[in-house]
Amino acid sequence: MSARRDRFGLRDVVAEATSGVGARPVRLLLTVLGTVLGIASVVVTIGLAQTAANRVNERFDAVAATQATAEPATRSTWSGRQQAIGSLPWDAPERAQRLAGVEAAATVSPVDLGGATVSTVAVHDPSAPALAPPPVVATSPGLLDAVGGHLREGRFFDAGHDARGDRVVVLGADAAARLGVTRVATQPSVFIGDVAYQVVGLLDRVERRPDLLGALVVPQGTAAADLGLVSPAALQLRIAVGAGATVAEQLPIALAPDAPDRVDVSVPPPPAAVQDEVRADLNVVFLALGGVALLIGGVGIANVTLLSVMERAGEIGLRRALGARRRDVAAQFVAESVLVGALGGLIGAALGVGVVAVVSLTQEWTPILDLRVVAAAAAVGALVGLLAGGYPAAKAARLEPVAALRSGL
Amino acid sequence: MTLLLPGAADAPADGPEAGPPPPVLELRGVHREFRGAATVTALQPTDLVLESGGYLAVVGPSGSGKSTLLNLLGLLDRPSGGEYLLDGVPTARARERVRTALRAERIGFVFQAFHLLPQRTVLENVLLATTYAGVPRAQRRELALAALARVGLGHRTHFLPTTLSGGERQRVAVARAVVARPAVLLADEPTGNLDSHSSAAVLELFDELHADGLTLVVITHDHAVAARAQRRVSITDGVLREDA
Repeated sequence: MSARRDRFGLRDVVAEATSGVGARPVRLLLTVLGTVLGIASVVVTIGLAQTAANRVNERFDAVAATQATAEPATRSTWSGRQQAIGSLPWDAPERAQRLAGVEAAATVSPVDLGGATVSTVAVHDPSAPALAPPPVVATSPGLLDAVGGHLREGRFFDAGHDARGDRVVVLGADAAARLGVTRVATQPSVFIGDVAYQVVGLLDRVERRPDLLGALVVPQGTAAADLGLVSPAALQLRIAVGAGATVAEQLPIALAPDAPDRVDVSVPPPPAAVQDEVRADLNVVFLALGGVALLIGGVGIANVTLLSVMERAGEIGLRRALGARRRDVAAQFVAESVLVGALGGLIGAALGVGVVAVVSLTQEWTPILDLRVVAAAAAVGALVGLLAGGYPAAKAARLEPVAALRSGL
Repeated sequence: MTLLLPGAADAPADGPEAGPPPPVLELRGVHREFRGAATVTALQPTDLVLESGGYLAVVGPSGSGKSTLLNLLGLLDRPSGGEYLLDGVPTARARERVRTALRAERIGFVFQAFHLLPQRTVLENVLLATTYAGVPRAQRRELALAALARVGLGHRTHFLPTTLSGGERQRVAVARAVVARPAVLLADEPTGNLDSHSSAAVLELFDELHADGLTLVVITHDHAVAARAQRRVSITDGVLREDA
């Protein structure tokens, strides 16, 4: 008697399934197509979602994640107005910069001109139309660093200007255009009310606080002396990525040790949280679509396998006559269907990765795709095959050999 | 793993020193009815004994119950009553597992329509029988090549069945039937699809296999085919009769 352990073992199942599937290449291709599309769409959707989330995150990292502000706390008066209940010290930037995680800091305070005009010539023309003057903003000398600003021409005022209250001004690009100032080499002046301020620099871009481009920027010391600024209105900070929580905790104490609750600090949320949120939103929709596609793929495999069982009834009968158990027949068809599914999964995953790469390339994005997703996609293909193969395999196993043999090969 | 089937030697219940080995096939009052709108008796209660090394032909016109008998002998169908012993193992009420194992290891089939898998080579078709019969993996190829050489097709091993003549195909089927060294070869109209020349070659092969000691049962409607057998029974309307 022969050794039973060698009777239609796993190796035989795999060999039979492989040659069963390989015997009909065109049909294999068509069968696999559904799964390929399903898996590819899942991989593409996840891949693009991850890529998109990464892009959101990239922007977020670059600007927003490193931006923080501190302002005096406010409370609502009973008439509904917001009223500040604290104030920031003049040396707020210096205090803030002592904290770990703070890379640059500057005050930014809008200045109330009280009806004074802003112009390049001190002309009083009662018939001129009343134009709203460009806003005047008082800042500390570290502004450029704190807001990522860049000067087109000239220089920014320094601590000396600030301390002495020198009448100098840096014009934002839009404000300069409005006032007709194009160069600083000619030492133009701008009149705020009747007082002349020398233009020392032209600001042409800022990463944060783009409103500064429309403004006249003066040293806060000058604003305090000439324009009645009482205290800084806000502190603009550039912080290290991920330092938000620490800064939020320590900054109020540094700025107002006596009443830290009178300083409001707004910091970015942790980057990962934002990224995950974005990804989760995108993925729910995309995965639902991919799931539907996969379902269709699975139904396709089930259909073709079922058809194949009908067609191959004679073969099934022969195998039973040769001594195949019902479970051997079932195992063979399940294995064939798993093989088709896995093949579809692999091709689909490869196709999906390709599509993500091409889309990213054309959009100049950085393609981001978790490799585990790719591996899982192939496995999901096999799982789809397994589920799809169940019913046809059971049907194949139930065929009576006598009846099956009659159908011929 | 213990033996699933009682071997031929342990089968007789009447003592350790049983005399001659049990017959390969033994039908005791086996009958088969098909129930439907009207019950059809395909095989009347039948007794039949075939000793090892015998060569039996069952002759009958179509609809006589030949195929029913073959399906019962081949364990593809269960009798409605009676007992069927194959190599001394009672099978009529045996579990499906036991019957399948018996079919794999002790029965070789040859069909009228050959039943070769068209996408597999000749060698692969023969190997298929060894996988189900549980032939150790290392021996399968060697056995299959030997079986093909035995039927005179050693030079056709890598051909597809579709490229062979009918006679060659039937010889491949015979090789597949005998590769796992069955106790009995059951042939159902083995020459039904063959010209006279190919038929003669297949019958010649049967004679040789018989001479080698193989037990054969050939079911046919052709008296010329039946004439080659050592022993003939005829079947009509489900009744089996021993021919003189």
